[in-house]
Amino acid sequence: MSYQRYCLICRSSKCNKFSNSIGENFKEILKEKELKESVKVVFTECFGLCNKGPIVKIMPDNTVYTGVMPMDVREIVEKHLIKGEKIERLIHQENKPKQIKIVLRNCGFIDPENIEEYIEKDGYMALAKVLKMSRTDLINEIKLSGLRGRGGGGFPTGLKWEYAYNAKGDEKYVVCNADEGDPGAFMDRSVLEGDPHSVIEGMAICGYAIGAKKGLVYIRAEYPLAVKRLAKAINDAREYGFLGNNILGTDFSFDIEIKYGAGAFVCGEETALIKSMEGERGEPTSKPPFPAEAGYWGKPTNVNNVETLANIPVIINKGANWFNKIGTEKSKGTKVFALAGKINNVGLIEVPMGITLREIIFDIGGGIKDGKKFKAVQTGGPSGGCLTEKDLDTPIDYDTLLAKGSMMGSGGMIVMDEDDCMVAVAKFYLEFTVDESCGKCTPCRVGNKRLYEMLEKVTSGKASMEDLEKIKLLSNVIKDTALCGLGQTAPNPVLSTITNFWDEYLAHVRNKKCPSGQCKELITYTINKDKCVGCTACLRVCPVYAISGKVREPHVIDQEKCIKCGACYTTCKFNAIEKK
Amino acid sequence: MRIKSIEDLLEIKKNILNKRKNEENMIIIKVSLATCGIAAGGKHIKEYIIKKMNDEGIKNYIIKDVGCMGYCYLEPTIEVMLPGYQPVVFGRLDKEKIDEIFEKYINRHEIVDGIVPINYNTI
Repeated sequence: MSYQRYCLICRSSKCNKFSNSIGENFKEILKEKELKESVKVVFTECFGLCNKGPIVKIMPDNTVYTGVMPMDVREIVEKHLIKGEKIERLIHQENKPKQIKIVLRNCGFIDPENIEEYIEKDGYMALAKVLKMSRTDLINEIKLSGLRGRGGGGFPTGLKWEYAYNAKGDEKYVVCNADEGDPGAFMDRSVLEGDPHSVIEGMAICGYAIGAKKGLVYIRAEYPLAVKRLAKAINDAREYGFLGNNILGTDFSFDIEIKYGAGAFVCGEETALIKSMEGERGEPTSKPPFPAEAGYWGKPTNVNNVETLANIPVIINKGANWFNKIGTEKSKGTKVFALAGKINNVGLIEVPMGITLREIIFDIGGGIKDGKKFKAVQTGGPSGGCLTEKDLDTPIDYDTLLAKGSMMGSGGMIVMDEDDCMVAVAKFYLEFTVDESCGKCTPCRVGNKRLYEMLEKVTSGKASMEDLEKIKLLSNVIKDTALCGLGQTAPNPVLSTITNFWDEYLAHVRNKKCPSGQCKELITYTINKDKCVGCTACLRVCPVYAISGKVREPHVIDQEKCIKCGACYTTCKFNAIEKK
Repeated sequence: MRIKSIEDLLEIKKNILNKRKNEENMIIIKVSLATCGIAAGGKHIKEYIIKKMNDEGIKNYIIKDVGCMGYCYLEPTIEVMLPGYQPVVFGRLDKEKIDEIFEKYINRHEIVDGIVPINYNTI
């Protein structure tokens, strides 16, 4: 039996509500029309159009219908499948997918350990092309493309290259910053594991542009697979003559070495990264001098992020004028995001700059898990801030995110739902930066620690209004006085949650309550006497023996002993445990 | 094999593309094996596919490791390209699902539940 046509029905996230009844209707009506043998009903994963769901696609003519309700099925079968007439009112108008894979063009498509597969996909063609260009033309091309640093700051890449090109020095270096450390971010790791040659090619092109003979990849040793694949790729590139002396028969020579980091977050900051590569403690130095003037061993050094470098070959192959048509006025191209948190379709996505958060979260991401309400999304990791409901329709680029008190960052995007306490979120990120502070400057070493302690007071219900004022003041002082990016941005999660969720802070301080019920010290578990049947289930799971009571009689929780672990709450089958 | 000129590079690319033409009659299976895919059990899936190929006596296939396909929520994932067909991605794999894919898709070219629609443009 072979089917001539298929009805694909999305069963993912939001479409899931109706997918079963749509499927049932299809099967029933197909049977009625005696089409059961030639048309098959198939349930699929997400189409990335959740906002327009439920989605049905007819194959092989590839017609996508949106907003399909179970009652529309008869029309689809009778008109489309039988008469071949498409149903205009349901047809998906805009046929442009929301994702564009530029950086991820080969990721998941080619074998990263086979250089031939990269060459097949125009690999190293860009390098061959630039070796015939003058260095200034090449730099101008990158400038024209509008590419900005994907590591977080968003500094124009072409300009950075120009500084390094103009800097005087007998030796220059290209550094690839692969020290990805934000909680929940895995963009760079994925690129290095899936398409290491694109980064190597980008580095070689940069080396040619600025006049460097040597490249270094600074990568954390805790990415063993990325290291292994990158090392293999570097060896293969050397063997094929894309690295080494006289590349492709020209007088340009360039080679790459891998430097391992121990996984300190601060080493993602370029000056600290350079110190770490030199074998010193990973501590930042004040700028100027910028690495472009005096970087690795005091020589002019250009530091670019993995994703930035992976863009370079495409810009050369396709042209700056192709690249700069994607994105917004000041932010060109695409951005890779690691979508994580309370979202249905956790994943690695690449979207054009200027897309809205709504499209990312509710279309590509499939909306919030378990039908909960969206509360906020943290961009830029511990250095960024949170964006809320009111920011959902803002086009995302470097400048709009900064204006909203967050930042692009390297691309981590953590989605939070109604159950998340924003004070606890701010505390979580701050704890991370406190741990990762290198300790060189006082505002970061001492200031962030004190700030953390004050937040702790808030989440345990011991803070006063005066403390809240102090939190604001201290945050701003740290921002203004810390030495490097890590310290300067550490209070961002605190400031942005204060701005966006002031009510939650007030609830913790004035009412000694955590509205989302996340802050353990502010929760009380009690047993509702009317609902408790005395089954002793809670009594048996309580790890600290805080629950007492006789069989078939209502139990009680001793508040003195209770550690608020919630074991009784999840065990009770009668909803008798109340959490307040 | 050191490539010494752009002409050499173009020649090599041509040879690679010719080699691909010989693969047109092959079933090509790509297994998403980045750190995430491996953690989700991608390697076991790969082993099981190879075992199934042997059991069923299918010889005209190529199986390769690729990086992250981006579908974290569906890991482990594979992409199957049958000769003359567009590639199709399958997610949330386990042995039963692989059995179904062999029985219906690989042997009968019949699409099965759980395919992952393409929702991106590439260059």
